[in-house]
Amino acid sequence: MSLVPTLASRNLFHDRLRFVATLVGIVFSVVLVMIQMGLFLGFGRMVTTMIDHASADLWVLPKGAKCFEDPSLLDAKLRDKVMSVDGVASVVPLVIGFSDWRLESGEMTPIFVVGADLRDGSLRPWNVVEGDVRALSQNGAVVVDRSYYDRLGVSKIGSTAEIRGRRVKVVALTDGIRSFTTTPYVFVDLKNARTYTGTFPDRASDLLVRLKPDADRDTVLKAIRSQVGEHEVLTTDEFRSRSRSFWLFGTGAGAALFAGALLGVIVGTVIVAQTLYSSTKDHLSEFATLRAMGSSNGYIYRVIIYQALLNAIIGFVIAGAIGAVVVEMTAKSALPIVITPWLIAALFVLTVVMCVASAIGAIVRVVRIDPATVFMR
Amino acid sequence: MNEIIIEAAGIKKTLGRGAGEVKALRGIDLTLRRGEFTLLMGPSGSGKTTLLLVLGCMLAPSSGTLTVCGTPTSGVDKEGLAQIRRDHIGFVFQSYHLFPTLTAAQNVQLALDIRHERGRKAGKRAREALNLVGLEQKADTLPGELSGGEQQRVAIARAFVANPSVILADEPTAALDGNNGRSIMRILADAAHQRERAVLVVTHDPRVIPFADRIVEIEDGLLVDTGSGEPERLHLPKAAAFRS
Repeated sequence: MSLVPTLASRNLFHDRLRFVATLVGIVFSVVLVMIQMGLFLGFGRMVTTMIDHASADLWVLPKGAKCFEDPSLLDAKLRDKVMSVDGVASVVPLVIGFSDWRLESGEMTPIFVVGADLRDGSLRPWNVVEGDVRALSQNGAVVVDRSYYDRLGVSKIGSTAEIRGRRVKVVALTDGIRSFTTTPYVFVDLKNARTYTGTFPDRASDLLVRLKPDADRDTVLKAIRSQVGEHEVLTTDEFRSRSRSFWLFGTGAGAALFAGALLGVIVGTVIVAQTLYSSTKDHLSEFATLRAMGSSNGYIYRVIIYQALLNAIIGFVIAGAIGAVVVEMTAKSALPIVITPWLIAALFVLTVVMCVASAIGAIVRVVRIDPATVFMR
Repeated sequence: MNEIIIEAAGIKKTLGRGAGEVKALRGIDLTLRRGEFTLLMGPSGSGKTTLLLVLGCMLAPSSGTLTVCGTPTSGVDKEGLAQIRRDHIGFVFQSYHLFPTLTAAQNVQLALDIRHERGRKAGKRAREALNLVGLEQKADTLPGELSGGEQQRVAIARAFVANPSVILADEPTAALDGNNGRSIMRILADAAHQRERAVLVVTHDPRVIPFADRIVEIEDGLLVDTGSGEPERLHLPKAAAFRS
């Protein structure tokens, strides 16, 4: 085995203070990028949670609807036209919108009403931990998430409140259906949703389309488009992508997260470059000795790059451990940080690239070494 | 006559520019032969180190030709010169220049590592080299825990572990006391005589004279002409008693 790893690791660990400073830089940088990207992924998932859980193959939307929460409405009569298309199994209207929730104490809080339909091909509450969703068809029945107990002033099944002056009763509880807007989702029956949001009976927010098992999606999609005029027909993937783009990039939230991640990369690169350069400078006489002994430049580069890789690996492992703790801590929060295997792989590559790129300054310095200097001291 | 390892002809070297220009070497002709232990002596500023750097392929001469083991060095780039050093030359420095974080054995092995000689065989060779300088028992010791003499012996082991044809040493005894200095010179002389290498030692330490086969004096960038027709002043080895 070559002595390169030995020399690199001894150089690295020899000055423990600098090594710790380097690791702090890398860990800070990687954790910052990890959190920013984890938030990005978490946010991306959260803004499409309703779309992800709707049992629909296609969505008919008002023209220009940018996201699930878009308040635009369409003509509910379109449902019949869409139903007439070959290959369509069901078309279910969805009514959503903001409303007011009055607690028993009289306090008001805004809510986001999701007018669910219990039929197949709809959007029903999921992760139900208590109660029965079928009871949603009762007049005044609502389903809420237990993470909003305090906000909604409820504590159990049977708790009551008012929406737009109408008495409602909690019939089921879900777990983990949180809104990124901090406004609680409240699931109600479709008919009640119209009442609570002030939507006319001939209007709907979206139409959720289920296809027959043997239907060709693209063919049906084209056929529906020809039936609905100016309204839009999107696949679930397309709607998810549009919704995510709107919230992440249309609002600037995604750009802010990316900017934070970029800052992390820059800070990390600068810190690692600085410490690696300083370490190389301290070992210049050793590198000059190697050069005098006849070592190739490549050999010396390998020592420096190996140092950078060691920094990267150790820093990444520590950052990963911190990241795991952060993920665990935010799992139940309003905006959980999501770390996927792809993100971990990308972060590792980023860390390695960052550390190796940081070695360039040190390498440039080493290239200028004059081996004759070893005879001068 | 022994094989010529290094042949320098008409070497001139000018350092600096303009008002600061110094003609460090002003036409040096010198040959180093296998099995010969040569001392290069001269006062400070006479050009000893500059000549050593030129002979060691670390400084390109301003004019003249240098051949190392039959390979002309003119026009060879930095990597090519490094390869010539790697293939043919071992260096011993005044300040040892050992790697403080590596053990004595690893310091010696480094000279093999840069030549892509690795593994157990390289480790064994490094320990054998340390054995030759009497330091096998200190193989796993860090340089900081060795005396100056021991460190210089490690540096010598490093210089000859890869079997170079020539060893160039710069003031190897300057920082050592009498006993250590003699010990080092004996090792270098043995390297020349028993292991058939050309050894050139730059020094102004008169204690080392008894070990030399030949003494070359340099003054103001020129080898001193003794008037014998040879540009090098040749001293016959002194009594063997000086060496022992």
